[in-house]
Amino acid sequence: MGSTSSTLSKIPNAEELSQETGFTSAHLARLFERFEALDKDKKGYLSPQDFEAIKELALNPICDRIIGAFFSSGQEMLDFSSFVRILAHFRPIDNNRPKEPNSPDPINSRINKLKFAFQLYDQDKDGKISRNELLQVLRAMLEKQVTEEQLESIADRTIQEADLDRDDAISFEEFRKSLEKVNIDHKMSIRFLR
Amino acid sequence: MEGSYWDLVLLVMEVWLFVVLGLIVLPAMFGVSLGFTDLYIKVLVKILEWATRRIQRGQKEQDTLPAHLPNGIIERNDDSMEEQIVELRRSHPKFHSVGDFTLCDAFYFCKKGIESIVDDEVTQRFTSEELVSWNLLTRTNINFHYISVRVTIIWGLGLFIRYCILLPLRVTLAAIGLSWLVIGTTLVGLLPNSNVKNWLSDVIHMTCYRICARGLSARIRYHSKENRPKKGGICVANHTSPIDIVILANDGCYAMVGQIHGGLMGVIQRSMVRSCPHVWFERSEMKDRHAVAKRLKDHIADKSKQPILIFPEGTCINNTSVMMFKKGSFEIGGTIYPVAIKYDPQFGDAFWNSGKYNMVSYLLRMMTSWAIVCNVWYLPPMSIQDGEDAVHFANRVKSAIALQGGLMDLSWDGGLKREKVKQSFKEEQQKMYSSMIVGQD
Repeated sequence: MGSTSSTLSKIPNAEELSQETGFTSAHLARLFERFEALDKDKKGYLSPQDFEAIKELALNPICDRIIGAFFSSGQEMLDFSSFVRILAHFRPIDNNRPKEPNSPDPINSRINKLKFAFQLYDQDKDGKISRNELLQVLRAMLEKQVTEEQLESIADRTIQEADLDRDDAISFEEFRKSLEKVNIDHKMSIRFLR
Repeated sequence: MEGSYWDLVLLVMEVWLFVVLGLIVLPAMFGVSLGFTDLYIKVLVKILEWATRRIQRGQKEQDTLPAHLPNGIIERNDDSMEEQIVELRRSHPKFHSVGDFTLCDAFYFCKKGIESIVDDEVTQRFTSEELVSWNLLTRTNINFHYISVRVTIIWGLGLFIRYCILLPLRVTLAAIGLSWLVIGTTLVGLLPNSNVKNWLSDVIHMTCYRICARGLSARIRYHSKENRPKKGGICVANHTSPIDIVILANDGCYAMVGQIHGGLMGVIQRSMVRSCPHVWFERSEMKDRHAVAKRLKDHIADKSKQPILIFPEGTCINNTSVMMFKKGSFEIGGTIYPVAIKYDPQFGDAFWNSGKYNMVSYLLRMMTSWAIVCNVWYLPPMSIQDGEDAVHFANRVKSAIALQGGLMDLSWDGGLKREKVKQSFKEEQQKMYSSMIVGQD
């Protein structure tokens, strides 16, 4: 009687996806409907243009990077499983799940959330945020509002504070250390209301 | 045997027609209500309450449902950008509340971005509102799973009643209503212009809309009838579906504004305009804003013509909010009569999702819902004030309508359904953030 079951049957590998990402079947069904709603031309996959069509996202200063996170391997087609796997990073951390000693971290662990954020800065994926990459992010977030000198001084200060091994770049470890006390679970999680 | 079989069929059809004409069409013509719809709605409410209680009993083990479903499917933090970023930085070892950039600032934008990917305020307005408790229509059933045998039986019964009894009745009524409109207006159009002609035209229009309203099992409540739009004015209302026209025209005669269509719609439009002046535009004329404005101005200048009915949102919204009113209608001058229309989603979802359903499937859904129940509030007339520009006036009217109808007042443009966001909005976000980093200049 519920149309949740009919939505679930359209999702390939719903069971496995649910296991892998930790989303419940109800949430997967909602995300699938969202996926279909964003896929206006009914192609069966999402393209960067579909994301750009979301008004609130288009306002966001770093929208290009966020969209880039979904299309990270350079492909132009995003299927539902990949869509959900990326969104799984933002699931609230389940403290109740028993952690098996040798199993890999769940997608939404603290480390993985930090890695996701790191990747927004580190566009060339060399494992370090160079001064140039930091400048690019600052430019995206501030654009015409500040002068180039101000941008450079902000970048210099940020690197000074976080860069511990003095290589003029921020590695993932340094990134993680500087954000040690931030409540990542609260700030990088999205809770479903129903 | 053959003969008596056909006699039987004929008899059934005669009885059916008699029932329809006698009990529905005739009273509609005289504006009399026999009270069937009210009784039907009372019974329906009792059944739905029973079904809700059964569902709640079945769901005791699950999470309790909130009394009123919030808009949206994810939790949102509505604090301002500044508050949220300061919160973020609070746990940073070198805490600066203003000035300076910290690496965790990106988290704020990242989270906002992902939130809007999962659920955004604008797209939300173009999907149907979800109900807290199920109203026994499969189409609204996302959260509700199989409950019990009894509810399933009632649902099945409801399905049968809706499709096999109500649907044919409603289609018959709609057909009668529309053909009455076309034939009646064409006949009246043959008369020379006179008071009699106007009066007859009003009668014909009202009768047709009343029959159509019966054809949708519509129960409409009009509030503040003393503020009803008068001749030479402009009536402005929030738009949810094409049925809005039927709802409003049940209580007054309006001059419609719109594009000429082909097909059946075109036939209806052309015959309507024979008996009383409506404002129909060719597609090419719609682009010329000045020509459009001029025609509307001329219409309201003539005090003998009916008030114009305009939906300034320009597109159908899902009745939980009011979106930006286009300023065109507010530049014409004349008195504006705002009207708020709110549908009760319990009995049937009136929103027309034009991307998802075409007109025919939409009408089919309407005619197989339980009923259309709505409230119409006539608000006191408003006019543009000295020194006020059209945009400000439009927003004033929009707020009044949103307030009365209990709808959210959004400034997003309904046309965003199809277009891109302006660059200036993005710059505003950058301005806000930069004022935190480098302080106000």
